[in-house]
Amino acid sequence: MANTKNIKQKANSTPDRKLDFNGDWSYAPSLEGTEHIKIEKRYGLFIDGKFSAPKSGKYFATINPATEAKLSEVADASAADVDLAVKAASRAYEKSWSKLRAAERGKYLYRIARMIQERAREFAVIETMDGGKPIRESRDIDVPLAANHFFYYAGWADKLEYAFPGKKPAPIGVAGQIIPWNFPLLMAAWKIAPALATGNTVVLKPAETTPLTALKLAELIRDCDLPPGVVNIVTGAGTTGAAIVQHPSIHKIAFTGSTDVGKLIQKSIAGSDKKLTLELGGKAANIIFEDAPLDQAVEGIVNGIFFNQGHVCCAGSRLFVQEAVIETVVAKLKDRMESLIVGNPLDKNTDIGAINSASQLKTIQQYIQIGKKEGAEFYQSSCTIPAKGFFCKPTLFLNVSQSHRIAQEEIFGPVLAIQSFRTIEEVIEKANNIPYGLSAGVWTDKGSKIFNLTSRLRAGVVWANTYNKFDPSSPFGGYKESGFGREGGLHGLYPYVKF
Amino acid sequence: MQYLPPKSPSVDQVGAEEKVARICSRSIKKDSKMYALKMALNMIDLTTLEGKDTEAKVMQMCYKAMHLHDQAPNNLNLPTVAAVCVYPVFVATAKKTLNGSTVKVASVATAFPSGQSPIDVKIRDTQFAVESGADEVDMVISRGEMLRGNESYVFDEIAAIKEACGQARLKVILETGELNNLDMVRRAADIAMYAGADFIKTSTGKISPAATMPVVLTMLEAIRDFYRATGVMVGMKPAGGISNSKTALHYLIMVKETLGQAWLNNNWFRFGASSLANDLLMQIMKETSGLYQSADYFSKD
Repeated sequence: MANTKNIKQKANSTPDRKLDFNGDWSYAPSLEGTEHIKIEKRYGLFIDGKFSAPKSGKYFATINPATEAKLSEVADASAADVDLAVKAASRAYEKSWSKLRAAERGKYLYRIARMIQERAREFAVIETMDGGKPIRESRDIDVPLAANHFFYYAGWADKLEYAFPGKKPAPIGVAGQIIPWNFPLLMAAWKIAPALATGNTVVLKPAETTPLTALKLAELIRDCDLPPGVVNIVTGAGTTGAAIVQHPSIHKIAFTGSTDVGKLIQKSIAGSDKKLTLELGGKAANIIFEDAPLDQAVEGIVNGIFFNQGHVCCAGSRLFVQEAVIETVVAKLKDRMESLIVGNPLDKNTDIGAINSASQLKTIQQYIQIGKKEGAEFYQSSCTIPAKGFFCKPTLFLNVSQSHRIAQEEIFGPVLAIQSFRTIEEVIEKANNIPYGLSAGVWTDKGSKIFNLTSRLRAGVVWANTYNKFDPSSPFGGYKESGFGREGGLHGLYPYVKF
Repeated sequence: MQYLPPKSPSVDQVGAEEKVARICSRSIKKDSKMYALKMALNMIDLTTLEGKDTEAKVMQMCYKAMHLHDQAPNNLNLPTVAAVCVYPVFVATAKKTLNGSTVKVASVATAFPSGQSPIDVKIRDTQFAVESGADEVDMVISRGEMLRGNESYVFDEIAAIKEACGQARLKVILETGELNNLDMVRRAADIAMYAGADFIKTSTGKISPAATMPVVLTMLEAIRDFYRATGVMVGMKPAGGISNSKTALHYLIMVKETLGQAWLNNNWFRFGASSLANDLLMQIMKETSGLYQSADYFSKD
């Protein structure tokens, strides 16, 4: 009994159980260098293997969301510019790419993959400058994964008959691809690699706030000696995207972005023979059972909602914690949030970078106001955020109701809605009670519980005891209003072939 | 049985390794690096635990503990190490040599390293170390009993040794290289803390693997949960295989981000190491002069 007495004595001397995560020792700035980075003052459109000025004559600025400084100007492609790009892609499809031996297509893709690896640092730094994500993520996740996607689909190029046994897969033609601002280079890789591997040519439009890495990819593709017109990259906003969607010579649309725009696209191509894949919004349930490895689950919650500032369609933005452990989990989560560093995305120690744009920051702030009005308990970490640039502290809402808008609508920011649950039936019902169905997470020590949930959660991806894991060989895509079609893996070839 | 701590949470090896990788991606530069290098130096338990140890060797090590690198410029303000760690028979010698300094004497006890002796022998071993002047006792748990599920034996033994320690602080070595998985590491850590450990320690240094980062992370998380539950701070000592500065800094980052500033001093965190000190000194001199010096410029005691 000496020990219990001992513990009590010591306990009395330290009644305050708060942990101090600031203290004397802080990390000095460790900035990734930008002096080797070459960004042109102005970028034209990448059509038919070269950069050219837009017929529209119009340009718009792209800024660094962490500093609000202008980085470059990019062309605003009009319908006439898009037409040129589609014509170049059609020519390339007819003349060279669809006739090339499959193994040769594969070689080009391998070359692109290797060159991304060679220029990895440059891509990572520009991705961070243009989009605001921390260099830790662009360096360790976005750029390596982008290269891996090209490697993966390079391997499929000459093995398509094994992917579709007994069938004769043929390319479709010109693919129009429209990608979002949250993973600019990675999404370009997800779109371009399978299209090229299967013998299609592409016209790709990056998002208007993050065009630079796609344009650097255009330079890289030019340096790879890819036949002109196989990949065309046109920059612009919604009207440029609409011109791609409506162009009669495009046979396939692949879109990643918001559900609203996805619906518009589907409406506008109704009645045409265009093939379509949509990867849209999400509001994923991340479910923690009482028998879960709690410290790892907390890390999974953080990776689920604060990865890329929460600008992730599959973000674990709804957290469900079983009631017996919710106090423990929330306390651990709050501690963990204190050690998250919010700030300059180019600092290697930054965990949470800048919100992608002023308008997205406004959206997030509006949802925070809505959450407060709805009566959920609001919590933010004690970190400081830079005065300039677009930043948002990591945010929790506790005691959230299923009917709250912050539990129903996609916020696309570092804002987590937390609910507790008691039974498995209850949590499955709540998790599925949403228009979206992109992803979910399950945390438990019991394998049987995992399989029970994976088969009953209506989500395209379910992670067990981990979150936000991506691999080129694993298909990704949604149910319901999160879209249809799969990207990645063998399944990612289907949208780009006909039989 | 009523003494046993509450159920311990499970630990996922894959998740723990991922978290470790994230901690290792932190980049420590300039002032914060210098600060950390000195802090690490001040946390070392300079150790010699060999059958061939001599009094002379222990005396030399004690001198080194107090005078890490007298060639360094004075304005560097190099600290001393935290303690020396020796077998019980050398405690008196170490105590005498270190007289007047702040360096503590730690002694291994309880039939170190295997712990394969009856409890009364272990208690006597501990008493001898304390009577010889040890400020700290590093005990080993009975891994055999732990592995076969006899948790109350392990708990009672630690409690008994704690009592035999009197005023000396007790470090409990889990010998994690012999525990099967992180779940068992976590459970052993909880048992040790609830039984009265002042410190929990990974390894004897005699078994491979010794300290690994997922193991240390798991133990730090156990310490945090224990502090939240009881208000009692427990110290942490990774030991064995930590020989370079980079690894030491990663451990300090782990402590900072798991337990916070209160644990970042040698009252609550130690490195059990023999060759780490010289590598830290080499890095400190490099930060000062901009050049790496040959290992021959740093005395080996």
